[in-house]
Amino acid sequence: MQPQPLITVTNLTMAYGSFVLQRDLNFTVRQGDIFIIMGDSGCGKSTLLRHLIGLKKPTAGAVHFRDTDFWAVAEEQRSQIMRRCGILYQSSALLSSMTLAENVALPLRQHTTLGQDEIGDLVSLKLRLVGLAGFDNFYPSEISGGMKKRAGLARAIALDPEILFFDEPSAGLDPINARLMDDLILELRDSLGATVVIVTHELASIFAIGSDSIFLDGDSHTMIAQGAPHELLESTTNKKVKQFLTRGGSL
Amino acid sequence: METRGIIEAEDQGADLSLHFKGQWTIGSTFPPFTEIRSLLSETNDSICFDTKELQDWDSRFLIILNDIQEYAAANNILFTAEGLPSGAQRLLTLASASPGKVPVKPDDKSPSFLQTVGNKTSYLIQDSREFLSFTGKITLSYLRLFSGRAQFLTSDFLTFLEECGPAALPIVSLISILVGVILAFVGAVQLQMFGAEIYIANLVGLGMTREMGAMMAAIIMAGRTGAAFAAQLGTMQVNEEIDALQTMGIDPIDFLVLPRLSALLIMLPLLTLWADLLGISGGFLIAWFTLDISIIEYYNQTIDSISLRHFGVGLFKSIIFGYLVAFSGCLRGMQSGRSASAVGTAATSAVVTAIVLIVVSDAVMTVLFNILGI
Repeated sequence: MQPQPLITVTNLTMAYGSFVLQRDLNFTVRQGDIFIIMGDSGCGKSTLLRHLIGLKKPTAGAVHFRDTDFWAVAEEQRSQIMRRCGILYQSSALLSSMTLAENVALPLRQHTTLGQDEIGDLVSLKLRLVGLAGFDNFYPSEISGGMKKRAGLARAIALDPEILFFDEPSAGLDPINARLMDDLILELRDSLGATVVIVTHELASIFAIGSDSIFLDGDSHTMIAQGAPHELLESTTNKKVKQFLTRGGSL
Repeated sequence: METRGIIEAEDQGADLSLHFKGQWTIGSTFPPFTEIRSLLSETNDSICFDTKELQDWDSRFLIILNDIQEYAAANNILFTAEGLPSGAQRLLTLASASPGKVPVKPDDKSPSFLQTVGNKTSYLIQDSREFLSFTGKITLSYLRLFSGRAQFLTSDFLTFLEECGPAALPIVSLISILVGVILAFVGAVQLQMFGAEIYIANLVGLGMTREMGAMMAAIIMAGRTGAAFAAQLGTMQVNEEIDALQTMGIDPIDFLVLPRLSALLIMLPLLTLWADLLGISGGFLIAWFTLDISIIEYYNQTIDSISLRHFGVGLFKSIIFGYLVAFSGCLRGMQSGRSASAVGTAATSAVVTAIVLIVVSDAVMTVLFNILGI
């Protein structure tokens, strides 16, 4: 049985003013996928992510979340869809004036009617899930980069999202922590039943966890490959994709 | 629509089977753990689950399960997770994985009164030391500049000149006219009682040139430019730009503080002169409208009452104030921590420090000039 499409992107064009970053993007993220967005630096990977989570409006084309056109519905409906997404930003984006517990509690406070105690229970559960038990009262400045990423993840899963977006989840992490991050992403995907979209150029992660992917090209300003990373490596005829996936031919 | 979660217990002597039904999610209503615990008893040997009729669950369900698991562990009851949804089983395992080393948070119980006093005192001493050492660094940096060894970008310097001078003119103009107006008003009421209305020109003239011109310009620049300096340097601290300068062998004081400080040292006296002029004009407006003093009378009286010496006092003060504003802004910026809130604190603290220093030094200088008869 083919899993259901969750996000459908049709003829998407992204531009800053008259500068077109990418055009004619067409792809589908299916339920349960770990979908990788890769490409060379500056080709618009992070910008594409901003389009998928509704932070930026497409210049042309559409982003559908299940059957809803993200930009054809009212503001309120859009923010309801956004609530079903959890996002881990590249630099974690934890609010520096709040403790980890308060950071994780923030979406719960905003969007649920739960009492103080229950929010506290949920927060400590989320922190335990990402391996940060006992760090509730630490401020982001008091913990390491890897821990910040995990705290950011705890905040991203606070509302049990259907889709998790990651922007460079293993950037700045040592190989061991990067591996642990990958494992954590897989584990959370399986147990939360979430779909995962990852922007990364970490080859190890791409092959370890990716189930589908697209490759954005910065020169021709469009996507030049699509498919499961392993299959792409075997079958691609595009020189650039091949070079990317083999680290310039060294692997 | 409100959705519900239901729990039923089936006690089979030693074994307890818990049936979860309906919705156990963030948006639904279900019995709290305190109620569920009454279904459990210490005499049970094991707890198992039946979730065939469970429609939906999320993290809130996990919390209940986690509580049950902890209860079971505390009472030596066997916890059989098999009947649970597989995702829930995995999350439970993940959540109860050993946390590794338990972190030690520096104790954050609120300190006693004496401790607070001690902390503040030692902070004050520390801060004063940093004041002195920053002053020293700036002095050394100027020595390097005059011996031709310090470098900064001329374009930077010109930007700051424009930022500290022409860009601040409108707000300085507005405030100083109004200060002149206020001084004149206060004087007009008093002087009228003695029929000495004409001396309003002395009051406004002396008040603006010796005190208010320099002070108001400095306070405006503290809020405008001092805060901006602190925010700029603080953000550079966050982005590790200051570290980068240092590793490239460029002294951040030379490169960042000198152009800012020099620009303000040049521009604040000029702004002060402008503020003096506009303040006196503001005073004239009031003299003209409320006391019917003509422009010639007012002009002559002003010329008679203030000499170059008074301008000298105001200009001297404005140089000191300019130094203090740039000094506080740059010092707080360089001291800034590496987070968004730290940059905010740095900007606030720069303004507060600058204003306190301006007022204190103004008081000291006024008394000194009085004693010296200047």
